[in-house]
Amino acid sequence: MSKLTVKICMGTTCFVMGASDLQDLQELIPERFGDDVEVTGVTCLDYCSSCSESQAPYVMVGEEVVNKATVEKVMEIIDGKLKNGQE
Amino acid sequence: MDKNNQATHLKKEILVKTIKAFLSDNFEENTRLIPFDMRPKGHDVPYRCCIYKEREILRNRIIATLGFPIEGSDERVLLSDYAKNAQLREKPDEQTLTVLESACKGCVPNRIFVTDLCQGCVARPCIENCKFGAISIVNGKSQIDSSKCKNCTKCIQVCPYHAIVKIVVPCENACPVDAISKDEQGHARIDFEKCITCGKCVSACPFGAIHEKSQIIDILTRIKQGKKVVAMIAPSVAGQLPCTIYQLKAALLKCGFYDVLEVAQGADITATNEAKEFDERIKEGQKFMTTSCCAGYNNLVDKHLNEIAQYRSDTKTPLYYTAQICREKYPDAISVFVSPCVAKKSEALKDNNIDYVMNYEELGALFVAHKIELSELEGVPFDVEASREGRNFGITGGVAKSVEAADNGKNEVRAHLVNGINKDSIRALKGFAKKGECEFGNLIEVMCCEGGCVGGNDCLSTVRTATKAINDFTKDSKPIV
Repeated sequence: MSKLTVKICMGTTCFVMGASDLQDLQELIPERFGDDVEVTGVTCLDYCSSCSESQAPYVMVGEEVVNKATVEKVMEIIDGKLKNGQE
Repeated sequence: MDKNNQATHLKKEILVKTIKAFLSDNFEENTRLIPFDMRPKGHDVPYRCCIYKEREILRNRIIATLGFPIEGSDERVLLSDYAKNAQLREKPDEQTLTVLESACKGCVPNRIFVTDLCQGCVARPCIENCKFGAISIVNGKSQIDSSKCKNCTKCIQVCPYHAIVKIVVPCENACPVDAISKDEQGHARIDFEKCITCGKCVSACPFGAIHEKSQIIDILTRIKQGKKVVAMIAPSVAGQLPCTIYQLKAALLKCGFYDVLEVAQGADITATNEAKEFDERIKEGQKFMTTSCCAGYNNLVDKHLNEIAQYRSDTKTPLYYTAQICREKYPDAISVFVSPCVAKKSEALKDNNIDYVMNYEELGALFVAHKIELSELEGVPFDVEASREGRNFGITGGVAKSVEAADNGKNEVRAHLVNGINKDSIRALKGFAKKGECEFGNLIEVMCCEGGCVGGNDCLSTVRTATKAINDFTKDSKPIV
């Protein structure tokens, strides 16, 4: 089973639209999931420019794009993926 | 209310769309279309009764974003005309806040209410403890007679089932000076004679019904006219965006600003002058002095707390000194303060050296609209680098620490931090003024917002992340003395 990766967009649009709350994920994810999940901040996932600021901020959990992401929403999706043994 | 909420998201989205419209080739028409773009035919109706009301409220939000009051706005005037007139405006509006009646829910008035959880128990501590005889049993359950209830909340504290609740009107509840009340229709109204422009109601309203009148179109118009527009960035901005303040400067230059100054530069002057003043006042036998850099606090003193005025430092704010420096350096420039809160707009209106204020939400929206990727920019240095202490002004305790550092061991500085203005801290300040002393310290730092300026109503980041980012940044800055 390969590691589940979480990419948090730290691009201008996602940062401005999503408050800085999502930065906390970089600490919260290792605390809760340990080595099972790898979390990184990325410059821009490029969804904001192709889609719209109205759906920002974006986070990638594995292959899934999460729009209007919040800490709770992302944690729940990670939980679900790990339980189902996906990825 | 937590910053992470849909009302804040919606306000920022409108800012981005309005600025994008300004940057497009047809500002007026594209502004008129924003409500239709956001709620096109067949779109679901997320918040209100129908799509028409959604569009109407969006339209009102855009009017505020264009810098006009909603009170007394004319429904017959097209948004495109508002957009046109915004560019012709010479000066920003005197009042900085406006209430959207269409968005205000008209919450039920503040009161104590017995819920269905009441078990009609034998002990009935609510009845026994009510000093006003306001509670009786009706159909086997407690009921409150609102004509007798004084909202003391004693019954809430004693109910073993937690069955009694206090229903609050969030804006009224957040206002520390009772400046908000309801009109005949039950909608919120701001009494501007009492209002200290702290912005707490803006953050508190779950319907996003209280707006700042934005000055962003005025600023963008001046840039478009080819004027020299200089930005002065508040110290608290360092934790607000995914970039350094040097990259922030680069981004502002890219948006057409002529130069960027750090207000922390003025904070260094404030700290030095305030330390000198503290020394003098203590030598004269005064028991305490309060700081004077927070615009919300200054409005509070001027409007409601005159008795403490004699203890407030006469030193000017960091913004005052920075704006003065800016005027001397660029006499023909338009100066723009980049601000964490709406309170500073009221300060700017009184200072001829400050032309406009742009808050952090507007700043962020400006970069989104310009499609500027902040982290990719190469930083630009400042002509004058501020000190660590000056750069820490925006965090609770930062001002007191800088005064202590500037005092440089001459006095025993005992700081007392008023971290947030609310009814309790106002009562405490009144007490200090009455007694002529403060048992907790001799230097009282007053910050209107919890956490300091990083808790301002227009901040993008949470207090925790912003404070951490500023601490990381300032630890390598030079000391003030």
